[in-house]
Amino acid sequence: MEPFGIAPAMLALFVSFGFMVGVLFGFFGMGGSFLVTPALLVMGYPTRVAVGSGMAFVFGTAVIATLKHRDLGQVDYKLGGLMVVGTTAGIEVGSHLVYSLEALGLAGGVIGVTYVFLLGGIGVFVSYNALRSDGSDDSGGGGHHEVANQDIDPDDIPDIAKQIQSYRVPPMMTLSGGIQVSLWMILGVAFATGLLSGFLGVGGGFIRMPALFYLIGVPVPIAVGTDLFEIVISGGFGAYTYGLNGGVDLSIVVPLLAGSALGARIGSAATSVVNEDDIKIYFGLMLLGGSVAVAFQQSAGYLGMPVLDTIGFILIMLSAFMVSGAVIYSTITTMRARSNASATTAD
Amino acid sequence: MIDLAASSPAVQAGALVGTILLEAVALYVGYGAVEQVAQPLVERITHT
Repeated sequence: MEPFGIAPAMLALFVSFGFMVGVLFGFFGMGGSFLVTPALLVMGYPTRVAVGSGMAFVFGTAVIATLKHRDLGQVDYKLGGLMVVGTTAGIEVGSHLVYSLEALGLAGGVIGVTYVFLLGGIGVFVSYNALRSDGSDDSGGGGHHEVANQDIDPDDIPDIAKQIQSYRVPPMMTLSGGIQVSLWMILGVAFATGLLSGFLGVGGGFIRMPALFYLIGVPVPIAVGTDLFEIVISGGFGAYTYGLNGGVDLSIVVPLLAGSALGARIGSAATSVVNEDDIKIYFGLMLLGGSVAVAFQQSAGYLGMPVLDTIGFILIMLSAFMVSGAVIYSTITTMRARSNASATTAD
Repeated sequence: MIDLAASSPAVQAGALVGTILLEAVALYVGYGAVEQVAQPLVERITHT
């Protein structure tokens, strides 16, 4: 018997892979275009089906992760809506930049190098900042269940975000945590992230999540939740567009979603358990792993060595596996430490 | 009974997105129910 028309072993592989991607997606608000599409391509699916089914899967997983973040009060719908507007405009301009570079015959090289340096640069920046501030947060865990309704400590806002918040060009918007930012600054940040996303041809969670934190000053769990809300809209639109041309294969999407639904719940819940700095370190490591992997894949084309492409794929899967494992391990140890501490207090 | 195969690509794509959305919500609710049942077990594991 072959449910969904695929062999049971393949079904188990899809569910397990979906689980791993779900953990990362719920925890970071990124990982879809990074992992799913390349994996489907390696498995021999046509590009249109790999991209379309990957997009449909990302949409479904984003719905689940957003619902969980909503339960935890970690989604700012107003900010998410504004980000969608700015990002859409940015993507449009970014894609036109690609067409211009294509006309000059430079698209492949420029995009590849930008992608590698952007992934690596954000990875180093986020990891460095998290390691520098590690230990200064004495909260002992994420504990951001109530964060959406609380004013955040000004010391927790990055310096760049404070600078951006100081430009009080009306109309001013009040966001979760009592942050006040000019509408134009939000749209500007959204446009810039959309520009990069459209230029690189990626979903952009790895750009948007740190941008929401470092540039606008939104706490990390809300940045993840709001980023996921935006992915629901963009992913839904993408799935619809590919669905029009028969690019979505439900026999791929359904088992992947079955696994990611559980993973996304765990990953999303983990953001309110794991220390905020730990989230940033894992995020940075994930991007650094991705950067090295993409560098290998880009080099494969230039050097005519397909083996580098395979090495890149294995590297990205390994880093995703290790980081998702670390997220689960960190969540369990933090929960244990908390329950031990509360038991000691009760004694 | 609605024959989706005979409908326009736009309707088919909309139905596809709707199906994925429904599956996602059903899985979220389903796993939520499982979580309620499994919660005491998880707490026992974290206490050991």
